[in-house]
Amino acid sequence: MHNFEFVKPSSIADAVAALAAEGAQPLSGGQTLLPTMKQRLAAPEVLVSLTGIPEMQGVCTGDGGLHIGGATPHAVVAREAASHYPALAALAGGIGDPAVRNRGTIGGSVANNDPAACYPAAVLASGVTVVTSTRKIAADDYFQGMFTTALEEGEFITSVIFRIPQAAAYVKFNQPASRFALTAVFVAKFADGVRVAVTGASNNGVFRWEEAEDALTADFSAGAIAGLTASAEDMISDLHGSAAYRANLVKVLTGRAVTAAR
Amino acid sequence: MPKDTGIGASTKRREDVRFLTGRGVYTDDLSLFGQAHAVMVRSTVAHGRIVSIDTSAVESMPGVLAVFTGEDFKDVGGNPAGWLINSRDGTPMREPKRPVLAHGKVRHVGDAYAAVIAESYAQAKDAAQVLSDATEIEELPAIVDMKAAAADASNRVHDEIPDNICFDWGWIEDNRAAVDAAMKAAPHVVTLELTNNRLVPNAMEPRASIGEYFPGTGDYKLTTTSQNPHLTRLLICAFVMGIPENKLQVVAPDVGGGFGSKIYHYGEEALVLAAAKRLGRPVRWTAERTESFLSDAHGRDHVTKIELGCTKEGDILAIRTETYANVGAYLSNFSTATPTFLHGTLMAGPYKVPHVYVNVKTVFTNTAPVDAYRGAGRPEATYSIERVVDKMCRELGLDPFEVRRRNLLTPDQFPYTTPVGLVYDTGNYQATLDKAVDLADVAGFEARRAESAKRGKLRGMGLSTWIEACGIAPSHLVGVLGARVGLYDAATVRVNATGTISVMTGAHSHGQGHETVFPQIVAEKLGIPASSVEIVHGDTAKIPFGMGSYGSRSLAVAGSAMDRAIDKIIAKGKKIAAHMLEAAEGDITFADGKFSVAGTDKAKTFGEIAFSAYVPHNYPLETLEPGLEETAFYDPANFTYPAGAYICEVEVDEGTGKVDVVAFTCADDFGNVMNPMIVEGQVHGGVGQGIGQAVLESTSYDENGQLLTGSYMDYAMPRADDVPFYTVDHSCSTPCTHNPLGVKGCGEAGAIGSPPAVVNAVIDALQRGGHSHVTHIDMPVSPNRVWQAMNA
Repeated sequence: MHNFEFVKPSSIADAVAALAAEGAQPLSGGQTLLPTMKQRLAAPEVLVSLTGIPEMQGVCTGDGGLHIGGATPHAVVAREAASHYPALAALAGGIGDPAVRNRGTIGGSVANNDPAACYPAAVLASGVTVVTSTRKIAADDYFQGMFTTALEEGEFITSVIFRIPQAAAYVKFNQPASRFALTAVFVAKFADGVRVAVTGASNNGVFRWEEAEDALTADFSAGAIAGLTASAEDMISDLHGSAAYRANLVKVLTGRAVTAAR
Repeated sequence: MPKDTGIGASTKRREDVRFLTGRGVYTDDLSLFGQAHAVMVRSTVAHGRIVSIDTSAVESMPGVLAVFTGEDFKDVGGNPAGWLINSRDGTPMREPKRPVLAHGKVRHVGDAYAAVIAESYAQAKDAAQVLSDATEIEELPAIVDMKAAAADASNRVHDEIPDNICFDWGWIEDNRAAVDAAMKAAPHVVTLELTNNRLVPNAMEPRASIGEYFPGTGDYKLTTTSQNPHLTRLLICAFVMGIPENKLQVVAPDVGGGFGSKIYHYGEEALVLAAAKRLGRPVRWTAERTESFLSDAHGRDHVTKIELGCTKEGDILAIRTETYANVGAYLSNFSTATPTFLHGTLMAGPYKVPHVYVNVKTVFTNTAPVDAYRGAGRPEATYSIERVVDKMCRELGLDPFEVRRRNLLTPDQFPYTTPVGLVYDTGNYQATLDKAVDLADVAGFEARRAESAKRGKLRGMGLSTWIEACGIAPSHLVGVLGARVGLYDAATVRVNATGTISVMTGAHSHGQGHETVFPQIVAEKLGIPASSVEIVHGDTAKIPFGMGSYGSRSLAVAGSAMDRAIDKIIAKGKKIAAHMLEAAEGDITFADGKFSVAGTDKAKTFGEIAFSAYVPHNYPLETLEPGLEETAFYDPANFTYPAGAYICEVEVDEGTGKVDVVAFTCADDFGNVMNPMIVEGQVHGGVGQGIGQAVLESTSYDENGQLLTGSYMDYAMPRADDVPFYTVDHSCSTPCTHNPLGVKGCGEAGAIGSPPAVVNAVIDALQRGGHSHVTHIDMPVSPNRVWQAMNA
């Protein structure tokens, strides 16, 4: 790891100002950035911690649904969202291990948009509003391909507002080594339709399986997608799973998520 | 009744108090005055010619003290292979020099060709990166695939070795024609091609070394992560650096796991010694985890075709194998023994099979060296045999339990000379099989399968009856087989004046529990509390000699040496007691910690005798030396042959291909058991590693020789929730006939017997589940592979 400066502002405005500095980079839970720095693959000159800002912490209900501060650790979401949005809480409680869950944050995960991360599936399936230091972004406009989002330089996520569905479930199939999602599916049933978001599978990052959404909106049962086939085109193919295998998982896990949805 | 002390007691591990409270002292924990830090500069390409290394780029960088390249070591020796193997045509193996630092060519990703020494680790790291950038390497095509390497004479890992073959070994070559004839005459022949997957050892503690040089005396000291410090000293002194053996002390303090990978001498150990001498300061090096992945000796990596000739009733008539074994870029110390004499000699398994022939071609590739890893050759043999026997049962519609019973050697056949050169001394394979069948509730399998089916899972059961040869090894035999060392061991038992005991053993404990078990034996034999006994290991300055711990040999060989030394102590004690009790030596008996005159109540305690030996006021000084300390060297008369039966049950998720190992039963014969709790722990660990190999662990190089599975993001280690609660039994014991403790060794068994049981269970689940076209899946049986097989 190379040397760097470290600042920990206590307000969003101060964080915005600090991030204007040359070579500055936001640091949330550091679950991706710190290992990368330790491997000397990243060398930011200034790290601006987002974990000291009270308004970016915690879970509460409010306008538009469930508000989760951008710097809220997974463990807190797992605990405090459980009564409001069980599927989301279960997702948070299944990320990594206790050390990861106590450091990693929802804002960091959604900003990083790792193609195998769990949170992007919940965000996209729930049709959330991503609130940033400068604006609000709808989930459908936010994700723009793996490790790519609508965030501008210096912009960071201050909170995420989840619509709460009538029923939902997240079913993750672990990559055997990393235990990131080899493929995982979040199914959320709203009054105005079903949303199905898939993570881990596509070269383009998290995506909605719209064919399944239509079928499930008409009939919310595992049988409703029996005749569908997820396309293997653009699926990731690597040591742990071929594109065809991942396409199979998309369908299998979607069915299981529908069955498990509460 | 279970005992609470001595031999057979499940004494809790005394070393765990320091290990579990963070008070162990490992090499990297040591901090020496004036120490400097070494960082290795490693090749980022698999194969290349070193054109230039511009050391001037770093010599003036902050903190840099010295730079070493292959040029600095070109005139010293190389790190040798410990066994000389001859090819089938009688020619000796090709043995390229393995230098301290690569010189001329780099031969695998991670091959160290330079080292930077600096005041701080960060400075050394900075400079190493700059030196890497200042190095020009002309990249050559990588040689990764073994069969392609052997077929292509134009591309060579070592310029002097045209076909990349180290040797082409036949065992036993003289039997080849008879085996071929038996195979041809067999009513049925089963053929199976399989891969024994390459594994990365992944000891919890990475390798680390500290070199010191004392200019006043010319002495060197190496503190290092070693399973056998004496062998490391021998290799450095006699082969690599030419330091007199009495001028180098090698210390292996607490070592956090080895599994084979720390048996061997590595170049970093010589580098820190040379650097310490040049700088006149201690020089330290600790591997980063990435370096461990790239440069520790890996395990397994065989590609095998096995054929089995049999009757329609399932009597095995002949076994013939052809194996390509990857040795990687250089010959690591045991790399030539592992695929040959630790593999080919086991190819008869526990069966009365009359004809066996094994052919092994070892191949150089541009990958990390491959050497012994927990089991070393025997897991490869066991996997081949037990998979092909399972396939035979399926092809002939026979019950795998009955087929084993039909072919297993019976107790009346021992000692049994196998067609591959071993003499099994004792065993009762039917008993362990019956015990496993009982404990695994084989009769209840159908009910469990139905219950799994209700949950949408395919359930299968797999069996493996295994044998191995360990307690290595009789020197006369391994000498004939090509070993360049003897494989005895040594112990000194020092009785202190106050009656406490220090045992200096040549075994090295890096997790096994020697500090608990060895005192249990001493306590039992001398009738004193185990708490009075300390075990000293891992220091060439303190230990008489030793060949270290591997090959499940610690208790069988080093423990036997200790047993012999204790016998010498008792014999001397009798002489002292005879004098003190004014009796004839022949009338003195020793039991329960007392020397007594037979038939009288006259006795002296062990403590009184010890005190008299050191304060010899009333002592036969004219005929007996004072003091009470004895050394014994023990050379085993034979290998030991642990054996057992393992039964695995798996559930397969048809939708995802995921395999869950849901039950695992082990019935083992380890001979006499000194500490049942530790034996069970060893089996748990071994089976855990076996399940890791079978289900999870995959080492993958791409066509350019880049290690794709170079971190835990892609290399799947078994975790607690990947393994079931084990059922472990060792009650079917036939004590070893040729060592004084009657022990056989248990450290590797789990890793040897378990992989075929897992894979057999997976095939069983798929076959029962209607996927009858699936007759084999290579390890690891990952979800992706199982799903692909089902849907092929």
